[in-house]
Amino acid sequence: MSTATSEQAVSAAGEATHNSIGVDSSGSQYLTFALAGESYGVDILRVQEIKGWTPVTRIPNTPEYMQGVLNLRGTIVPIVDMRMRFSLETADYTEITVIIVLSVKNENGDRVIGLVVDSVSDVVNVDSTNIKPTPDFGSSVNTDFLNGLATTDDRMVMLLDVDKLMSEDEMTAMASVGEAADAVPDVAAQSD
Amino acid sequence: MAIDMSQFLDTFYEESFEGLDIMESELLNLDEGDADSETINTIFRAAHSIKGGSGTFGLNAVAEFTHILETLLDEMRDGRREPTEEANNTMLASVDVLRGMLTALRDNMDLEVDRIAATQKDLETLLNNGSPSVDTVASESTPTTVGETSVVGWDIVFKPHTNLFATGNDPVRIIRELETLGELLIDLDDSRLPPFEEMSPEECYLGWTAKLTGNVDRGAIEEVFSWVEDECDLEITPVKNETSEAVKGPTALPAADERRTSGDRRTGERRTKSGGAAESSSIRVGIDKVDSVINLVGELVITQSMLSTLGEDFDTKNLNRLIEGLDQLELNTRQLQEEVMRMRMMPISFAFQRFPRLVHDYSQKNGKKIELLMTGEQTELDKTVMEKIGDPLTHLVRNSLDHGLETPEERIASGKPEMGTINLNAYHQGGNIVIEIRDDGRGLNSEKIRAKAIEKGLIEEGARLEQEKIYELIMLPGFSTADVISDVSGRGVGMDVVVKNIQALSGKIEVSSEAGKGSVFTIRLPLTLAILDGQTVAVGKEDYIVPLVSIIESIQLKPEMLNAVVGKGETFKLRNEHLPIIRLHKIFNAEPVNIELTEGLLVVVEGEGKKVGLFVDELRGQQQVVIKSLEANYRRIEGISGATILGDGSVALILDIPGLIKLSNNEVMTEYQSRKIA
Repeated sequence: MSTATSEQAVSAAGEATHNSIGVDSSGSQYLTFALAGESYGVDILRVQEIKGWTPVTRIPNTPEYMQGVLNLRGTIVPIVDMRMRFSLETADYTEITVIIVLSVKNENGDRVIGLVVDSVSDVVNVDSTNIKPTPDFGSSVNTDFLNGLATTDDRMVMLLDVDKLMSEDEMTAMASVGEAADAVPDVAAQSD
Repeated sequence: MAIDMSQFLDTFYEESFEGLDIMESELLNLDEGDADSETINTIFRAAHSIKGGSGTFGLNAVAEFTHILETLLDEMRDGRREPTEEANNTMLASVDVLRGMLTALRDNMDLEVDRIAATQKDLETLLNNGSPSVDTVASESTPTTVGETSVVGWDIVFKPHTNLFATGNDPVRIIRELETLGELLIDLDDSRLPPFEEMSPEECYLGWTAKLTGNVDRGAIEEVFSWVEDECDLEITPVKNETSEAVKGPTALPAADERRTSGDRRTGERRTKSGGAAESSSIRVGIDKVDSVINLVGELVITQSMLSTLGEDFDTKNLNRLIEGLDQLELNTRQLQEEVMRMRMMPISFAFQRFPRLVHDYSQKNGKKIELLMTGEQTELDKTVMEKIGDPLTHLVRNSLDHGLETPEERIASGKPEMGTINLNAYHQGGNIVIEIRDDGRGLNSEKIRAKAIEKGLIEEGARLEQEKIYELIMLPGFSTADVISDVSGRGVGMDVVVKNIQALSGKIEVSSEAGKGSVFTIRLPLTLAILDGQTVAVGKEDYIVPLVSIIESIQLKPEMLNAVVGKGETFKLRNEHLPIIRLHKIFNAEPVNIELTEGLLVVVEGEGKKVGLFVDELRGQQQVVIKSLEANYRRIEGISGATILGDGSVALILDIPGLIKLSNNEVMTEYQSRKIA
């Protein structure tokens, strides 16, 4: 997913909120959540719902951060632990641990995923002029999933690019699995 | 009249394709005997509907082409023409052309102009040859008497009867169509218009007089009115050269307005086409099936209201009634589920119907005499399965035609009847549908197959194989059937594609054959892909669903049954067979309760012809599960075919047995290799 598209999404989001709520036309709203003491934000138009943590069904042979799948009113939704995804220190799940259910887009169409985060904070309006590009933290932090940094009320929020969360790694993993499956010769009738 | 026609376009295409199928099968029936008037009538009706529909939607190329076909059929219907074999073949060819045209139009692609023109010419030649009256385009009641050359236009008086709307006809459409023929001047006749208070909106009081200028064929005009012939007074009189200037229609058609409408319609069409190229389909459901679903929904509503009354002020002494109500609910739900699944079921004749044509064409082209027998065409199976089984079936039938059946000379020489037989048979067996393709040809030559397999390195020289195993070799990739099973060259598409397709539907294919007597290909498919019977197994804290069809038995291992094979992992002996053991917890990295093989349970399963033992902790219940896709929101996982939602709302994963076997083979291999290195 190119940045151009996500920028369009952001500006579209800005317009939508402008029409309905009446914030500054160049800004948009973000749902912020806490993760190991840090504050992250996701475009609120992508948020489908927020629900408390419930046990999930583990999927074997998937990365550790992929906690498993959950039944969301008949749809099977994969759940990603964001602390593990960002290689942060893991924490026990408590009663304030929540799952943010998001709709993401990638080359295979729309998908629904859930993110496990420490807690949900609030909704902030972010003026687009207040979004700064992500600085280079060096190799220890993966900044690929960030759209930028925003400052609101003396607080710094890292804005997530939700589309990237489910695209790159996951999709490559899928492609290689698919190839591997094709490469295995069909030996159904072969004798021992 | 601003109805968006595009919404009906899909239906039109669907109906037209159905119509073409009917035409095709009826034409093939004609082939076998003399002209049965009912058969010709059926073909005629199908052609007529396609023509009418395509005209309405502005698909003029189709309408024009069908018109010629229809004229030909009309002559046959009236007994003015004998259905010769030549005519028959041309008509079959034109059915193909029509199908091509409609497909191209639907998918917004270019028409094969050359092919259309060629077939159209054939049809026209046919029409002109030996026809009693060439100008049968016009209806018989009004033969053309005027020399066409001197005609510069037509005066048309069109007075629809008041019930015109009741038959679904629209004068605006007719006028619009007339407009396409030439310059049209039209005058409204409102003399029949009653006083406003007596007017019924459902009746047509208007009439029109039109003057059409241009070198137009009378037939073309009558064609426009063909749908309303019986519901109007129509006069069509030719205008001669000298009078053409004299008559001037006072009011022109409100052309701008009309054009815009037609323009809109066309853009609408285009939009649907580009969007409709994807696989969207509808399904025709018998009214009895819908009725029974409605009945069940009615019962469900009654049960629900009974339960909610019970719940309003619940007392433990009503517990029995509650249990009763819940039982009722369960029964209703299950019945409803079955009925809804039944809606997706279609008779297999939908997949079979293409074969008479295939066999017909093949026997004509290759000079083999073939009889096609079909039994069990009413056997029903899921629509999705049906759509995907068509191609593999075609391939198998072609194989039988090509490689199985001999030429008439060969057949006579080997003392068989000259006419070869292909038998397609379908029936239900357990939860499966079985389709057999049987031919009485030469059968598979196991020696040649064996030699070829050795040559290709698929088996080792001197390997001892059972007869059936040898036949199965032809399904391996890279095993071209060409020049092996017969001298007729194959098309280079291997049986492995067929096998792959059938396996994708979780089906199986078997071959049996007898030299000189013929071969039988047997396909076994599950009736539906959406629901399966599953056995829940537990591994530690996790539950997995094993498809019941793949389970052979479940056993508890005794120490003497166990055996460890170097490089092959663990095996066990079951009635003289040594089968590998797959530890589910190991493959899925789960935490098991039992490590010792003798403590847990072994579920013996079969996948793609291989048997293995799945080591699990415990067996739980059996239940029907609805398959949900993991790929919809995530991705495919090796060894897992999908997920389902259990009664308590949690998700359980469904095991993919063949995938699991592959996965475990890889695992054993890597383990063995790493151990060797160490």
